[in-house]
Amino acid sequence: MTNYTPTEMMTVTAARALGNQDVCFVGIGMPSAACNLARLTHAPEITLIYESGTIGTKPDVLPLSIGDGELCETAMNTVPVTEMFRYWLQGGKITVGFLGAAQLDKYGNINTTVIGDYDNPKVRLPGGGGAPEIATSCGEIFLVMKQSKRGFVEKIDFVTSLGYGKGGDDRASYGVTTKGPSRLITDLCIMEPHSVDKHFIVTSIHPGVNRDDIIAATGWQVEFADEIAQTPVPSDHELQILRDLHARTNAAHEGQ
Amino acid sequence: MVAQFMSLKNAVATCVQDGDVIAMEGFTHLIPHAAGHEIIRQGKRDLTLIRMTPDVIYDQLIGAGCAKKLVFSWGGNPGVGSLHRLRDALENGWPRKLEIEEHSHAAMANAYDAGAAGLPCAVFKGYRGAELPRVNPNIKFIKCPFTGESLAAVPAIRPDVTVVHAQKANKKGDVLFEGIVGVQKEAVLAAKKSIITVEEIVDDFADIPFNAVMLPNWAISTIVHVPGGAHPSYAQGYYKRDNAFYKAWDNIARDRDSFKDWIDQHVMNGGPEDFATRLKMHNAKAEA
Repeated sequence: MTNYTPTEMMTVTAARALGNQDVCFVGIGMPSAACNLARLTHAPEITLIYESGTIGTKPDVLPLSIGDGELCETAMNTVPVTEMFRYWLQGGKITVGFLGAAQLDKYGNINTTVIGDYDNPKVRLPGGGGAPEIATSCGEIFLVMKQSKRGFVEKIDFVTSLGYGKGGDDRASYGVTTKGPSRLITDLCIMEPHSVDKHFIVTSIHPGVNRDDIIAATGWQVEFADEIAQTPVPSDHELQILRDLHARTNAAHEGQ
Repeated sequence: MVAQFMSLKNAVATCVQDGDVIAMEGFTHLIPHAAGHEIIRQGKRDLTLIRMTPDVIYDQLIGAGCAKKLVFSWGGNPGVGSLHRLRDALENGWPRKLEIEEHSHAAMANAYDAGAAGLPCAVFKGYRGAELPRVNPNIKFIKCPFTGESLAAVPAIRPDVTVVHAQKANKKGDVLFEGIVGVQKEAVLAAKKSIITVEEIVDDFADIPFNAVMLPNWAISTIVHVPGGAHPSYAQGYYKRDNAFYKAWDNIARDRDSFKDWIDQHVMNGGPEDFATRLKMHNAKAEA
């Protein structure tokens, strides 16, 4: 299977970032597809947690909402939302949080609140939900997001959730001891934070993508690592599992 | 105080006053939609609406002009996109200007917990490096008196009325919640009054687990039997989430006129008994 879409490339690459040992707080949408693909391929023992309180959930179809019944029915346990945020998230039991964003800057700070002025918004977005505390309480953060100049901007309109703040040690200055966004997976490449300044650097480029494509889809000045890998293509097996998952999901949601 | 069984009309007329602070909870699951419609039908005004995820239920109440203020933490149509009535209120002030108090989920969950626990505020590790504290004066930071660590504080949530939906009540008026239980127990215990709509009223709760999530009748004000009352949300063990309706809502709510038509047809000219009918149609479609 040599044909795959950029979105499939992104989802498979994101899934590969996860392993069996991870306890993963899953955001809805793209993160949910990637996390469940990991569980259905190389990481069957991964613990997936959704903020609705479901722990160790193994959905057969992707949930439309963060609290579909499927998540509860296939979970090891379902706890109250208060307990989820207090004991499991704030208590430091989650190794990785998987998030998307509407707007992102080069330090991995996320905006999901508003485009334009907060009190007089051009576009009102849904808001932070669980993300402000997921971003600071999980051991590390993986970000997955399609690249565009509108989304990848020099300055985000609102800091909903902290990444590396202004860069360098700024994240720690807020009393945050967790690692922060350690990987950004897009439909074009993988970026990782600079060891000192913490701005994102391109470390792996997806097959068929060139540097100019990445520069053209990024609102900040793109920096490339000295040595850049080529992201491995999705395997036939991964694509098959992912497509089956989406087909099951579409059939289930249509039927409802 | 022991829970009283009432009609939905009576329960809302008795418990909900113009200007009240109302929490209608249910984290995706067990959202009290029938009660939301009744509040719209009775033309309640100037409400402060509290809910972690405003969802379609508050999109309807806001679009119908019931709300003066919204306290929330994530205002989208899950997996679909925007809540268009909420956005129209915030971006264009239609049908009236809507004041907002915006939090994170962790803050609201903690605030409900504090309300149930009789505390004036909730303290937690939150909002670190986030911008909401700049625009929401109800987010403060305090210093732990023992370690000096900086912690976020938000006021406890103490609604005038909490409205939730549950699977079952027994004849005494005790209520059982199962599945994703969200913040419902905390929201009821934090409130001065409560309305709980239920799928079913049973003689007694036989064979339920020792640690089931229950509220005793003396902690509840009113119980209303409304089969299907959470639709298009779901009730674990009774019916599934009507994801197709959530997708359809995107089009209905996108336009002011189509929204008003929908409210006229399904809310103003409807009643709680319609929910059982709607459910039958949804189930028939799911089986087809």
